[in-house]
Amino acid sequence: MARAAVLGRLTWQVGTVAAVRDETPTARTISLDVPQWPGHLAGQHVDVRLTAPDGYSAQRSYSIASAPGGTRVELTVQRLADGEVSPYLAQVLSVGDPVELRGPIGGWFVWDPDDTGPVLLAGGGSGVVPLMAMVRTRAATGSRAPFRLVYSARSDQTALYTSELAGLEHAGPGLEVTHVYTRTTPAGWPWPAGRATSDLLAAAGWPPEKMPSVFVCGPTGFVETVADLLVGAGHQPGKIKTERFGPSGGQ
Amino acid sequence: MNACLDGNVLAGALSELFTIDITSATGQCVSCGTSGAIGQARVYADAPGLVARCPACGQVVLRLVRSPGRAWLDLRGITCLEVALPG
Repeated sequence: MARAAVLGRLTWQVGTVAAVRDETPTARTISLDVPQWPGHLAGQHVDVRLTAPDGYSAQRSYSIASAPGGTRVELTVQRLADGEVSPYLAQVLSVGDPVELRGPIGGWFVWDPDDTGPVLLAGGGSGVVPLMAMVRTRAATGSRAPFRLVYSARSDQTALYTSELAGLEHAGPGLEVTHVYTRTTPAGWPWPAGRATSDLLAAAGWPPEKMPSVFVCGPTGFVETVADLLVGAGHQPGKIKTERFGPSGGQ
Repeated sequence: MNACLDGNVLAGALSELFTIDITSATGQCVSCGTSGAIGQARVYADAPGLVARCPACGQVVLRLVRSPGRAWLDLRGITCLEVALPG
């Protein structure tokens, strides 16, 4: 399955929107049925292409949020105020609409469920999406790899997947989730509002001696800050995989 | 203009040219000799094409320009690609 998902030249195909689900006031999960979907690995993305009636076309990359399973693929799209593609996907698209996409794409930023070693996931904003695919894949495969997720969002109102993460965390050992809020914290929150610090990463992550596999995804500033803090704490740069998204990344 | 992305972002465009995922292949930089996954390159996407630079020395390792019906791939900065294959 894993190899089948990586090998083969990609072509555009058409999926159909099977369901949409609002995650926050500005983010929505789109569940697509893609009849020829070959399966995917946790952390991979798809390219989505929108074409206007006059032929103008725009293309963006979106991380896959769901664990592999059949022909169903879920994307969570954060609406960007000045976005060209995301407002359409996050607001206009409805059940039954066709969506042109190609994927799965990328074999570098992926977690392999056969890997039993400890994992640190650090997500900023909608950077949590590919990390959620890893958390969901861990649960779906019955993996016992110990996972720690540090998830930075502006507030608990904008955080994605909050109740599902809490449910998975309480469902069994091996997944620990730490939320970081950069603007507003809920009442009684143990840390003040602010960005992830070295102390927080030390407390919520793994000591470098555990040699965790590290996946960091988010806006460029978040990724560089977290990766630098982890390297400064003694983590091996070769164990840290990063995925930045910028203005043209569209994620 | 200085925002860069990771080499992962090349995967879709390169998948039009290659059947294997080039971003998980290991490449060696012509300029400084550093080896690493193409997915670790620094990619600048706000040019007419995609420009990938070595994360260690900053030299250009790959450029890819796509137009309707045609692609140009410049691999000037990579001496050798090591690709994992099944079997």
